[in-house]
Amino acid sequence: MPPHGTAGTVRPARRVTFDWRDVGFRAVLPALAMVAALLIGAVLLLLLKADPVSAYAAMIQGVFGSVSGFTQSLVKATPLLLVGLGICIAFRASVINIGGEGQIIAGALMATWFSLAFRGWPGWLLLPATMVAGFLAGALWGLIPGLLKVRLNVNEILSTVMMNAIGIQLMNFLLRGPLIDPAGVRAGTFLPQSERLPEHVWLPRLVPQTLLHAGTIIAVLLAAAVYVFLWRTTIGYRIRAVGLNREASRYAGINVPVYQALSLTLAGGFAGLAGVVEVIGVQHRLLEGVTSGYGFSGIVAALFGGLHPLGVVPASWLFGSLLVGADKMQRAVQVPSALIDTVLGLVVMFVVGSALLTRRWAARRAIVAAKGEDR
Amino acid sequence: MPEQMTIFSLPVVTGILASAVRLATPYLFAAVGEAIGQSSGVLNLGVDGIMLLGAYAAFFVALTTGSLWLGVLAAMLVGLLMGLLMSLISVTLKAEQGISGIGLYMVGLGVSSLLFKVTIGTVKTVVGFKPLKIPLLSDIPVLGEILFQHSLPVYAAFLTVPLAWWFLDRTSWGLKIKAVGHNPTAADSLGVSVDRVRYASVCLGAVLSGLAGASLSLALVNLFQENLTAGMGFIAVALVYFGGWRPVGIMGGALLFSAVNAFQLWMQVLNVKIPSDLAVMLPYVLTIAALALAPSLARQPTALNKPFERGEH
Repeated sequence: MPPHGTAGTVRPARRVTFDWRDVGFRAVLPALAMVAALLIGAVLLLLLKADPVSAYAAMIQGVFGSVSGFTQSLVKATPLLLVGLGICIAFRASVINIGGEGQIIAGALMATWFSLAFRGWPGWLLLPATMVAGFLAGALWGLIPGLLKVRLNVNEILSTVMMNAIGIQLMNFLLRGPLIDPAGVRAGTFLPQSERLPEHVWLPRLVPQTLLHAGTIIAVLLAAAVYVFLWRTTIGYRIRAVGLNREASRYAGINVPVYQALSLTLAGGFAGLAGVVEVIGVQHRLLEGVTSGYGFSGIVAALFGGLHPLGVVPASWLFGSLLVGADKMQRAVQVPSALIDTVLGLVVMFVVGSALLTRRWAARRAIVAAKGEDR
Repeated sequence: MPEQMTIFSLPVVTGILASAVRLATPYLFAAVGEAIGQSSGVLNLGVDGIMLLGAYAAFFVALTTGSLWLGVLAAMLVGLLMGLLMSLISVTLKAEQGISGIGLYMVGLGVSSLLFKVTIGTVKTVVGFKPLKIPLLSDIPVLGEILFQHSLPVYAAFLTVPLAWWFLDRTSWGLKIKAVGHNPTAADSLGVSVDRVRYASVCLGAVLSGLAGASLSLALVNLFQENLTAGMGFIAVALVYFGGWRPVGIMGGALLFSAVNAFQLWMQVLNVKIPSDLAVMLPYVLTIAALALAPSLARQPTALNKPFERGEH
């Protein structure tokens, strides 16, 4: 309750800040964006003389038709959620992080090297230490563009994209040289992949015979933690303040560059953790395609979840399901899974495009509420 | 060390420089186009996606009709459509440009991969644009080989540089574009339609990005595969910043970037002992360094990346 004003004027203020119609509107828009994107995908399929109904049916069947399909959707949702949490922090500070791919790679590389180098450590120490190390490596991959932004005025969109390319080349180099699987070298195959990681660093599997691992639980717990961080701590408040109004934050005495760099560093850390989880939870070794484009699709999940950590949880699962469904569709009805990249891109464009409608809606609600107050 | 001798011999240096000129082609088309869009205040980060779709369209049409020029036309058309989509989201619906551009990139990547798998499937090649020796000039020793023995798209790409300079600095259209990019409110009050100018600039830039894709698939590599550009479009966006929004600066950046690239390619060919993956990293590190050391952002269009809404101050 605001302390100022007389008792009679308190109620309308409450009505402006919370309105179920408002919540409904905000939830409906992303859903509409999704439906529109899927419809355009269907038109594309028709043009290619494929049957969209059977393609989408194969997707749904692929995810919900079996335990393995369903658990896979959770496995794919996990890195999406972790990347998405980082995106929430960065975007809330109005810092655009396109560097998810490079940050995932940094985390995955570090986790691989660290768990192999310290394989003598007991599991209770090695597992958390590996995760922290991977987080820090990703954070470093975010800190560099962060510092370049606040110190040398380098646009973070461009520098994070460059850091992606550098990360990919670094991984290509390490997987063909220092980190290459010695077994592959002995066998003469020279596959660009790392040695199998020691078993005591693997994340425990939750359902036998599936890939579902404890990383999923960790990611959901972290979502709650990021929510508390952004909305219940001073640092989180400052990050959001910087994003809402840089100038006002500066006048209020907030050190804007510090919080911009910090948000990008944290975003990198979470993406790095996504890389760790892929390595020690799913593959148990580092493979070239470790990012699977999660650095980009994590942005989609974060936007779809309204840049709210708790909204990103269901959004990641939705997109995890789409990715799994697309794989199954490719196998079942020979429609390339690239269809889903298209749908994801359209969802991004439609969701950011609908922000204008949300703003106009909010403005109208405010006017209506103000009129109510006048009366 | 015999290797060092070969690297610094005249034929090798000439070869590196000729490759640099050739490799600069797609970057020039795309970055000059992006500069026009950015001059009007719209950051289009989807260049890479437009290039991919343009490269696919050009290749597919050339493969099926046998006409390179129809392929080029198809790439321009695809560029126009992608430009309209980007404008709709970023200009009409006033979306955050950095993010809508990433969406456009994903659309371009997805659609080009999808169409490639369905309509072509395996890696095929076409006979692309052939080298066109310019009479007399191409006979100049060294310089002739570096500059005047390329295919038509290479010359065309370099021709866009003076053309874009003239267009942006010497025509009323160019002045309108810059006015809209620097002070949309003032331009609006003088009766210039901000949205219309931005639509036109973004679409023109996207058509050039489509051409960049066509130059790649019909003149440089003569094939198409999934993710053929591998991030070239993002480099093109960086080159605009590096070149200070001036076509000549962009050309300098594109040539420098391509020279570093050509150098590392030739080192691989000559089997010089440095890890090739580390050498490929060089251009990207260089780009970041160049962005950090770029003189200043004084020339940056003031309203870049800011959607325009009337009455919003």
